[in-house]
Amino acid sequence: MAEQKEKVLEIKNLNVKFVLEEETVEAVNDISLHMEKGETLGLVGETGAGKTTTALSILRLIDSPPGVMECEKLEVCGKDIKNMSISELEHIRGSVVSMIFQDPMTSLNPVFTVGQQIAESLERHENLNKNEAWKKAEDMLELVGIPRERAIEYPHQFSGGMKQRVIIAIALACSPQVLIADEPTTALDVTIQAQILHLMKELKEKKNTSMIMITHDLGIVAETCDRVAVMYAGRIIEEGNLDEVFNHTLHPYTEGLFNSLPNIKNRRAKLQPIHGLMPDPTNLPKGCAFAPRCNYATEACQERRPQLTDFGGTHKAACLAYENKDFHIERGKKNG
Amino acid sequence: MAKTAEAAVTRKARSQAAEVWRQFRRNKGAMIGSAIVLVIVFIAIFADVFLDYDTQVVGQNVAERLQWPSARHWFGTDELGRDIFFRVLYGTRFSCSVGLVAVSIGLVIGVTLGAVAGYFGGAIEEVIMRSTDILSAVPNMLMAIVIVSVLGQSIWNLMLAVGITSVPQFVRITRAAVLTVRNQEYVEASKAIGLTNRKIIFKHILPNCLSPIIVQATLRVASAIISASSLSFLGLGVPAPAPEWGSLLSGGRKYIRDYSYMTLFPGLAIMITVLALNMMGDGLRDSLDPKLKK
Amino acid sequence: MAEIILEVKNLKKYFKTARGTLHAVDDVSFTIEKGKTLGIVGESGCGKSTTGRAILRLLEPTDGKVFFEGQDITSLSGGKMRQMRRDMQIIFQDPFSSLDPKKTVSQTIAEPIVENKILKDKKAIDTRVRELMKTVGLAERLVNSYPHELDGGRRQRIGIARALAMEPKFIVCDEPVSALDVSIQAQILNLLQELKEQMGLTFIFITHDLSVVNHFADEIAVMYLGQLIEKAPTEELFDHPVHPYTKALLSAIPIPEVGIERPERILLKGEISSPIDPPDECRFAKRCIHTCDQCRAACPQLLEVSPGHFVSCHLWKEFM
Repeated sequence: MAEQKEKVLEIKNLNVKFVLEEETVEAVNDISLHMEKGETLGLVGETGAGKTTTALSILRLIDSPPGVMECEKLEVCGKDIKNMSISELEHIRGSVVSMIFQDPMTSLNPVFTVGQQIAESLERHENLNKNEAWKKAEDMLELVGIPRERAIEYPHQFSGGMKQRVIIAIALACSPQVLIADEPTTALDVTIQAQILHLMKELKEKKNTSMIMITHDLGIVAETCDRVAVMYAGRIIEEGNLDEVFNHTLHPYTEGLFNSLPNIKNRRAKLQPIHGLMPDPTNLPKGCAFAPRCNYATEACQERRPQLTDFGGTHKAACLAYENKDFHIERGKKNG
Repeated sequence: MAKTAEAAVTRKARSQAAEVWRQFRRNKGAMIGSAIVLVIVFIAIFADVFLDYDTQVVGQNVAERLQWPSARHWFGTDELGRDIFFRVLYGTRFSCSVGLVAVSIGLVIGVTLGAVAGYFGGAIEEVIMRSTDILSAVPNMLMAIVIVSVLGQSIWNLMLAVGITSVPQFVRITRAAVLTVRNQEYVEASKAIGLTNRKIIFKHILPNCLSPIIVQATLRVASAIISASSLSFLGLGVPAPAPEWGSLLSGGRKYIRDYSYMTLFPGLAIMITVLALNMMGDGLRDSLDPKLKK
Repeated sequence: MAEIILEVKNLKKYFKTARGTLHAVDDVSFTIEKGKTLGIVGESGCGKSTTGRAILRLLEPTDGKVFFEGQDITSLSGGKMRQMRRDMQIIFQDPFSSLDPKKTVSQTIAEPIVENKILKDKKAIDTRVRELMKTVGLAERLVNSYPHELDGGRRQRIGIARALAMEPKFIVCDEPVSALDVSIQAQILNLLQELKEQMGLTFIFITHDLSVVNHFADEIAVMYLGQLIEKAPTEELFDHPVHPYTKALLSAIPIPEVGIERPERILLKGEISSPIDPPDECRFAKRCIHTCDQCRAACPQLLEVSPGHFVSCHLWKEFM
């Protein structure tokens, strides 16, 4: 694509630490991300990889103390979030950037009707009066596939999938530029997940919203995202568009993730799990954080920390093994 | 965040008691508390070695009545000229034994009933909980008076009476704790490996309900001491000249305006005992919880 | 004909609630051959976990019979049932709540051995515990660790070791990998697979994740609202699903591949309806795109539509 696209998100060298009494948890280390308008970026990784912390940092929602957040640059739609005052930030949250959380059961306030909860952010951000806001709230419900009459009902009258729809309605009510979805379907059943993902994709296209999709499920990434960043121990270790990451995988950890997934087509194929465990975030190894679990690790990997390097196109990976020109991972060979 | 034991070397196998003790020792408050408790127990046991009951504790000396604390009488003297320091020391015997025994009675009955009610639920729970409600609807003091009057006045019946009045609270607290643990999958797991209900309750459920029960027990010791003293005051507890802390307290009440030391020292004795027990209880609770292990 | 180890006949489990009777498991029947794995799939609230627990009588079935090696275990007394549980074990979903936080790894694994008096000598018990730990891939240095010091994968291994301690013949796995990360999930699945091959175990594998059962099970039973709606050998079920719900379920799995042709996704309308006092109609009728009068008139029966393939749908002929 030749046309220069508008950048809606730019993060440079983000670090987040949690300083506790006896130890320091290095949750996010030196992350740089950018996103263009209308794009969906998948943030993939296992529990504790720092995905959610990264997302919360974008809205400066990290509790401090114990959290300490540092970065060179943090811009959303050209606005400098890093140096923004709290009141300006509050205005941004919910209108320019909004968030969908994992658990639909606890994200809604049980004592207000769903209509009130959608209208609330409209009144706050769009300067609508009560009636207008209520009408728009009903419209939003309809948009996410809930009959508008149900606006007067309370969250407990909705099922899990319906609640998640309400949360999506709240998140999209003020037509945000950036939507951060933190495992939006993990708590839902597969058939409901399919409905919700379908809905999100449709709405995103309709409103031309940019989205960060945080998930541990590579299947969801393959179906909803344009680009993907794989995180491990607080760092991005591979980044690129879908074709690059899925079909021309570079990083051994990404390869390990793929090999751990049961193959739906070949049920006799033996799973090849990654051995060992994620390193303790209070005590990260000096070299590559993945080296202790990596089958290709050399001595250099224990000593030096790899940097995210360009591999042509938009594809980047952080792996020292590629310093040897002939190196390729097994999956890479298979995929050509 | 689950911290992995990756780097940890094999922890040496210790008996559970040794492990608890090792944890307990690190807790300063708990150690101070237990030291005080030990001293109190020591005093209670050996009170009659240091003191002559007839002359020093109950012997009256009208010449020296109502004296403020001095080098001669550390805590002062009461209206009959008895040395309050000696009486408080000797009173340890009565008060602590009443407190401890009464709470133990309440604890054993209350925890058992509460655990049964919480674990089995259904009709058994209804019966136990409703009876508990009835029991607690009767004012504690009235209940104790009835029990002592029916069984006759003695220190054992006093303990029993105070113990029974504290049963409802233990039942409630235990049941609440058991309810939160009962639905954990490890309870189901122990059923699946063939444990009987009794074993599940005692090996898996109660150990995980200990913290509220221990805290409640240490607090109850204090109120047991007070209840026992009120009963003594009514003439249903430890008979009159015996220097039970509660009766010292109520005896001094008449003189609180002019001779406040008479209530101060027995009061302090109760307070220190309760505080020490509490600190010990807290430490015990923490050291019984492997999650707090460092 | 292979030996049938477990037969479930018209199993029912109802719960009384304030709003009526909840039909958690409603008339479920199936058999499992020795050494095979039956996967039970379905969405939350479909009664799959309740079925697993009712088979082991961790929940008393409301009605129906369960035969284990020919013996009706639903009529056994408490003591006899406890003995029976040596042969029938369960592995739980949540590796956090399925282990007693106050017991060390070795105490947890040793408990079934001690309680059932399988071994009495302390040394022998200790040796056996270490042996079991080795079997499930737990490092020996962890013997005296407490569950909270370990990660989910290791805790799940402890749960597996505890289940194996009595050398059972049959194990119910209730979502054993759902709470784990993919890389750890694969480790545990491989372990279960190895155990199955080495010890000739029979499994019921309860899960909501179809890609996991596909990998693990020989046969799959799909449940919907307390009923078994389709059961077939795994490959048959994946290649030729008949019930509209099974088809929708299969099409909903996100496939982690790029540049492939994706099968058309069947989006179901609505959500699973209430299991409280369900009307006598096909339970799936409200969400099904093919619903006709017949579906609303009566609940369909489970029929064998081809050898080994059972379906409960009035319109099965049209979907074959």
